[in-house]
Amino acid sequence: MNGDKKRKTIKTIKVDVDKCNGCQACEAVCSAFHATPKYSSINPARSRIRVIREPLKDIYIPVYAGDYTKAECTGRETYTINGKEYSECSFCRVACPTRDIFKEPDSGLPLKCDMCEGEEGGPLCVQWCVALALTYEEREEEVEEEVDREELEIGLESLVNEYGLEKIMDSVARMSMKD
Amino acid sequence: MRYAETGYNLEIDLSRGSIERAETDPGLTKLHLGGLGTNTKIMWDRVPPEVEPFSPDNLLIFSAGLLCGTCAPGCNRTIVTTISPQTSLMAFSMAGGFWAKELKYAGLDKVIIRGKSPDLVYLWINNDKVEIRDASHFHGKGALETAALIQEELKEPRAEVASIGLAGENRVYFASIELGKSSASRGGCGAIMGDKKIKAIAVRGTKDVNIARPVEFFELCNGVMKKLRDDTDKLTPEAQRGFVDLYSWGSPATLKEDDDSFHYDNFSWGNARYRRKGYWNEEVERKQVEIKKELRERQVSCYNCPVRCTGAISLPGEQRFFLKCSGYTYVIAAELEGSLGYRIWNVHNEYGMDGYSTPQVCAFALELYENGIFTDDDMAGMPSDKEDRFIWLVHKIARREGIGDVLADGIYWAARQIGKGAEIYAQNTIKKNEQLPLKLGMLNPAYFLMYCTGEKLTITQMEGQFPQTPLPTREEREAHVKDWVQVPDEKFKQYFLDWNPRGENSNPYYPDIEATCEIVDWQEKMHYIDDCTGMCAGLSSFVMKPPYHIHNIPTLISSATGMDMDKAELWEIITRNRTLLRAFNIRRGMRRKDEKPPKDHWKKRFPELEEKLLDEYYKFKGWDNDGIPIKETLNKLGLDYVSEDLLQRGILADKEDTSSRETAGEKEKK
Repeated sequence: MNGDKKRKTIKTIKVDVDKCNGCQACEAVCSAFHATPKYSSINPARSRIRVIREPLKDIYIPVYAGDYTKAECTGRETYTINGKEYSECSFCRVACPTRDIFKEPDSGLPLKCDMCEGEEGGPLCVQWCVALALTYEEREEEVEEEVDREELEIGLESLVNEYGLEKIMDSVARMSMKD
Repeated sequence: MRYAETGYNLEIDLSRGSIERAETDPGLTKLHLGGLGTNTKIMWDRVPPEVEPFSPDNLLIFSAGLLCGTCAPGCNRTIVTTISPQTSLMAFSMAGGFWAKELKYAGLDKVIIRGKSPDLVYLWINNDKVEIRDASHFHGKGALETAALIQEELKEPRAEVASIGLAGENRVYFASIELGKSSASRGGCGAIMGDKKIKAIAVRGTKDVNIARPVEFFELCNGVMKKLRDDTDKLTPEAQRGFVDLYSWGSPATLKEDDDSFHYDNFSWGNARYRRKGYWNEEVERKQVEIKKELRERQVSCYNCPVRCTGAISLPGEQRFFLKCSGYTYVIAAELEGSLGYRIWNVHNEYGMDGYSTPQVCAFALELYENGIFTDDDMAGMPSDKEDRFIWLVHKIARREGIGDVLADGIYWAARQIGKGAEIYAQNTIKKNEQLPLKLGMLNPAYFLMYCTGEKLTITQMEGQFPQTPLPTREEREAHVKDWVQVPDEKFKQYFLDWNPRGENSNPYYPDIEATCEIVDWQEKMHYIDDCTGMCAGLSSFVMKPPYHIHNIPTLISSATGMDMDKAELWEIITRNRTLLRAFNIRRGMRRKDEKPPKDHWKKRFPELEEKLLDEYYKFKGWDNDGIPIKETLNKLGLDYVSEDLLQRGILADKEDTSSRETAGEKEKK
């Protein structure tokens, strides 16, 4: 069954590493915004955006926190771009066991960027990036729902195969009656 | 809980190898704020006047400013304090960068070092864990090279490192301490670090800095950031990618990206000898732009600051280095044309030396050679190319080889050791410290006082919000004062409005003596505030219309720290700090006789007026006619222990009402 299309808002922070001045204002303001109470403390170690800085190699990469993963990558590649050698980790947004960024310093719990939910002017790191290395973009995209549908169908089908259609329908009916 | 500050200092005794994390007295924050203020208090309490610069009893204090590590944009300075080997007075050298905030996040406000280590060591502060580690394998390594090696050795790329190069190790009197892209250069703090045999201090911190009134404080910071953003948007694209960039915004020199005629046409070339008005032309500009485009990779900033004041420069096959707008000093001293002196700077930076003093010392050496005081033997091996011979001199000085050994003590001391009339050529120092090569025509009364009485010994750390010259027409001056919210009092607008470039109401008799005292006091106080908070002068005291000024700084400090404070109270704290620092240097022997600019600083001098200016300014400050703070001044500021000490030492005479006269100006400020 070929899916309906759904409109979805995609929020992204675009990063222009050439413009980064390495000031880490993004880190300071991020940690302030997410402090409890709001703005009550500053600590870049709690920031959901970090600047990977290697001044002697002219490397400045702001990277904001994505998902958490339990596993570390098997290999860590290096890329040479315009004569500068980068570790692929420098571009990676994941909170992972191999490095200390995007983890609460006390608890070790992973941190994830929430685009400063509730902040009127958009993410504060972007607002505080006068060098314009960070820009915020919201775009509407039509998303195929096909993929989700297929996954669900595949799962259901395997259940039906195992338990029979009737049992599955009974179960679904019972489940839907619970609150 | 302590707010804005951490409430802890690290006390290190290198002779005994002891390390102690000591809680500080919050009462001292109320009296002196932090940074330079509390550094001065510690120096007064613990460093008696007999202590020589290279004594183990001399302290070397690294302090973060009170507001470093908070959200306040541009607040990132480290204030280094010690006794200068050059002047034997208190050196207070500041640097931006990233070190101060890291110290705060490690839960510390200051690192206080006394004693001397037997072997070369470095300090590793990792939150609460502090180690003194062997640094013998870093002996002779460059400053930034050492920092990178330490990060590697510790496997801690986020450690921030303050380090010295060979110049510091060799106790060159004008050696700097390098903090990544920035340096604490003035006063020879690097020589003291080298004398104590401490190659570097590496810091890493992951703790919170707390704010007392978060919303109020954040709104202020956010407002400043918004203003900076709006001001950047107004700049041309050329200025935005600029070397000086936002720095140009409202600065006294209104520096522009490509047009640097201000420095090249106005500063004196060689050993501060001759101006080259009209040197700058389209061809020079084109060449400079070309070099910069080729070699400058990026404009970078210090922590939490949008002003891209520093160029990251990459020479083919060499390590990258960082240079601020002060890059012209070598070009002018070495008389380089068609070069920006980048090759020299790279050598200079790794040795770790002061960018104002070193070119002057080299130019002085060449002048001695040209005048037969240094012989061919002295200069054996010197190349002929102008840039190469400066590089040769820089090597000699940093390594203390041959004539480099005597030159490494700075112009003042070198001239006295060389003799043979060398003193005549040592003509651009104040209080034994090399000055920027500025030689001008007509005496400017405010600048006269700043040069004489300023104990920071660098004019860019004294001047600021009041313009150095009047605008040509009244209309322009009217336009200037319209949005001049930074003035502490409306009368300053009038002083500026009535100030003509020539004729009636012009220098040297206008601004009049009273107005001049007020102007100088205001300029100086703004810098002393910044040195306590850790704010960069580039967003505050050095520029004419900065986002931080006397009207919003008190709220910034109160909301961050929770200490309620208005303008008058802040003014009193700063007066206390300034007076205590004065008293410290007075106790070390500084007097009126030391307070004079180089003879030829201005072509037109006015001895009588100059004496009068000093007389009145001292009175204005509550100092006696020799520049010594009088008992009443000290006691009024709660510095009774200082007046008692000065009385005991016979520096102050114990008589009632010693010509104490509070001037109208001082009263109004309160």
